[in-house]
Formats: sequence, structure tokens, C-alpha cells
Amino acid sequence: MQATEINIRQLSLQYQNAPEPVFSDLNLQLPAGEWTCLLGSSGCGKTSLLRRLAGLIEPQHHCSGEIIDQHGQPLEGQIAYMAQQDLLLPWLKVRDNVCLQARLSKGKPSAEDYARADQLLAQLGLADSSHLLPDALSGGMRQRVALARTLMQDTPIVLMDEPFSALDAVTRHRLQALAFKALEGRTVLLITHDPQEALRLGQHVWLFQQRRLKAAATPDSPVPRPVDAELGDYQHRLLAALQAADEQFSVASVSEGERQ
Amino acid sequence: MNKPVTPVVNRASTQQDLQNGTGRRQILFRLTITSLVLLGLWQAIVVIFSMPPFILPPPLLVFDKLISNPELLWDHSLITLTEIVLGLLLGLFMGIGLALQMLLFNPVRRWLLPVLIASQAIPVFALAPILMLWFGYGMASKVIMAALIIFFPVTTTCFDGLRHTPTGYLDLATTMHANRWRQLWHIRLPAALPTLASGIRVAVVVAPIGAVVGEWVGSAGGLGYLMLQANARMQIADMFAALFILALFSILLYYSTDQLLKSHSLVSGKAKQHLKMKQRKLL
Repeated sequence: MQATEINIRQLSLQYQNAPEPVFSDLNLQLPAGEWTCLLGSSGCGKTSLLRRLAGLIEPQHHCSGEIIDQHGQPLEGQIAYMAQQDLLLPWLKVRDNVCLQARLSKGKPSAEDYARADQLLAQLGLADSSHLLPDALSGGMRQRVALARTLMQDTPIVLMDEPFSALDAVTRHRLQALAFKALEGRTVLLITHDPQEALRLGQHVWLFQQRRLKAAATPDSPVPRPVDAELGDYQHRLLAALQAADEQFSVASVSEGERQ
Repeated sequence: MNKPVTPVVNRASTQQDLQNGTGRRQILFRLTITSLVLLGLWQAIVVIFSMPPFILPPPLLVFDKLISNPELLWDHSLITLTEIVLGLLLGLFMGIGLALQMLLFNPVRRWLLPVLIASQAIPVFALAPILMLWFGYGMASKVIMAALIIFFPVTTTCFDGLRHTPTGYLDLATTMHANRWRQLWHIRLPAALPTLASGIRVAVVVAPIGAVVGEWVGSAGGLGYLMLQANARMQIADMFAALFILALFSILLYYSTDQLLKSHSLVSGKAKQHLKMKQRKLL
């Protein structure tokens, strides 16, 4: 599979009846086969950006700009999406959930689809759970099934919207490493509000502040980075930057409100 | 991380099965005791107040009527049961069909939903004489009556379930390029089944009322007809026997439908609970 670069040019989004755009004239390049993490506080518009990339914004909202690959082609059919919730269908068994795309495109998964699903489940340590319903799984296991479903889609681009945020610290740490290994060679955009997660996994980290993107410094060590003193320093700096941006944004919003 | 993981609820589910078995036995036990107490009270009222059989027949007399002429009761019961089952099938077909059309075609929803809601202001019982006039005194008018009475609950619950599919599921399907028919078949319909099941449970209890009301207005057979005839001849024990069979039908239909719906994994308690949780989180 050839890695795909994502080029975002002059991207704007304004929801219908909203007084202001969520973001406007955004430009960003996501290098092929690497992890880019987008960090920002709640409500800053990072999920909207991800939904725009995934083509999930409804047509009544105002969108402009272009999202293309290195050949100038749109990204349609090249994207897999992993949300904060695992989105496993409770009426389908684990291996059927993993084969969901085959079910939705062909009506029924083939024997090859099932064989590949079993292989992926085994790779993620879920071989014994393939015939269970999602109800029988723990939170971490469910997210691993969601990861297997994403891998099953076999797309060069994976968009992840805080997929590990609902997990406990230990499971989250393990799953981050597992996801990084499993998604090797793909272009990944990870949305997160956790600076440590962004610094651990991101070859590139961007801060989404005041409807603008700002590059953040990352340690030179290879990803996934160990949680050590160096990462802690970077994390402090990132937190400070996020807090400062939040305060500035609050002041700006108050003065704008007073002017009106 | 890669070592095989034991499913977390195997033991719990076995325990739950055992509990379910014990629970069922307890329900049956309580039901038997309550029925015996009520029958005892009934007999006591008859004895204490010296009730004549044409006002309140004793339970033993009703039982005697049930076993003395089983052919007659069976023939009329079969007519009513057929009306109920056909009415249920027709009502479900119409209700689910309209709900699907309202989901898939916006103009249908815009034009028909207000009419559907407003139509509930019309008491369906009042339609019975008109239905007799249009469809005659045969089975058709009773089947339509039973179908009409369940049409609204089935349509609204099915439409509600289809409309409230967790958006996350639909987003996922969109990123997988599923067309609207595949989304409907593989996601919306299964997700709507727990809600639809509630509508079906209500329908099963209400449909016998529609059939019997139809028979009261005009018919040549059925338990409603039998009750009217018995009432006119002051054979109140026969009325009670017919009423008993009717109640038995309702109970049996409700529990068999409930078991059928529960046994299907799509609408099991767990799946329903999980879906409700998802809907709360994702809507």
C-alpha cells in the first residue's frame, strides 16, 4: 500500500446558523506514512476538522477549500475513521463487526474476509473473542476490535478522534503502542486533548488555537516515545501554550462580546 | 498484550441463566398462588352475598361451562384467534411499511406524519359500524379493526426507532461508503428492533380488543359474538367462559411474542440496554 500525503488548502467551515466559522483558511500538510497529532481544548473545532476530512459534514453547512493527496486527487475511498466510541454494533459478533465494511459493501463478508478478520483479531490478541458479542468485552478489548475493524478497511489514511480517551491509563498506554505498531506505514491524524498522548505518538504535533493551527515542538526521539523526563518537559510547555491560548481566547471573546 | 484474553462475562452469563430459571419458577409460583386466592375470593363473594348465577356465577360453574361444550367454544375461539393473528400481521405490515416510507421519503413524512398524529383523535371503536358497512359482517371487518387499532403504536415505535439510530453508527457507515439501502438493512433496522419490539408487545395486547369490538358490532361468530348471545339469554357463566378464553389468548400471545423477541439476540435485554446507552451517548 502506497502511503498518502494529505494536503489541506484554504479549508473553511461554518455551520448553518452559526455566527462565526469554526475555522477558516486552514492550511496543513500531513506527511505520508506518519502520525500527526492535533491538540486542542474541548470545543476548539478539532473534531469538526476531522469530520470535514472524513466527509461527514452535512451539505447544508458551508464548507470551502480543498483536501487532496500528493497527486492532487481527492481522498475519497482512502480514509478509515476511528471514533472516540468504539461504535461496535451490539447485534453483530466480534468478527462480523470487524468485517463490517464487507457487509456494507457486498451484503455478506466472504470466507477471505473472515480469514483476514481472524488474522487481525489474533494479531491484536483477540483470537478467543471472535465469536462473542461486544457486550462480553471490556472497554480495552472493544477498542482493539474497533482497531481491527479499521485495519480491515485497509486504507492508507486513518483518522482517529480521541479513540483512547475513555480508557484507563494502563490500557490506554498499551493500546497506544499497539495501534502505532498496527498502523505502521499509514498516514494517521490523531485528534486528542491529552498532550502526553500527542507527544508520545505524534511525529508532528499541531495546536489548534483560536481557529488557527500552530506547530508544536516535539522531542527528537523516535515514536512511540517513552514517557520520561524529556517528554515531561515538552508536555509542560505544551500545557502552558494551551492554557495561554485559552486565556487569550477568553479575553478576546469577552472584549468582542462587550463591543457588540 | 497479545496473550489471549478470557471473555469477561462467561461466568456471569451462566449465573444469569440460572437466575432466570429460578426467576421463572418463582413467577409461576406467585401467579398460581395469586390466581388461587382470587378464585377463593370470587367463590367467597358468591357464597357470602348469595349471588344468583345470572349476576355472578361461581368459578366452578364457569369451569363446568368451559369443559361441557368444548366444540362450540373452540369454533368461536378459532374465529377470534384468526382475526387477531391476521389483524396483527396486517397492522404490522402497514405500520412498518409506513414507518419505512416516512424515513426514506421526506415528502411522505412531511405530509403524513401530522395526519397520522391527528388521526389518533378519532376513536377507533367508533369506526366499527362504518367498517361493518364497508367490509360486511364477515372476518374482513374484524381483521381491519384489529389492524387499525395497532397501526398507530406500531408505526410510531418503528419510526421512532429508525429515526434515532445512533449517529456514530451512521457516520461509520458513511466513511465505509455504504449506500442508504445497506445502511437501512444492516444498521437502521437492527438498531430500531428493540423499540419496534416494544410496539409489537403493545400491539399483541391491543389487537384482541379490536377484534372483539368488531364482533360486538356485528358478526356471526367469534368470542365477542358468543358473549353477546350469552348475555341476551342471561347465560352469564357462558360469558365468563368466553371472557376467560379471550384473556388466556391475550396472555399467551403476549408471553409467546415476548419470548420470541427476547430469544432473538437483536432485541435481547442486553442489546437493548447497550443501544439505549449508545443512543444517550451519541445522539
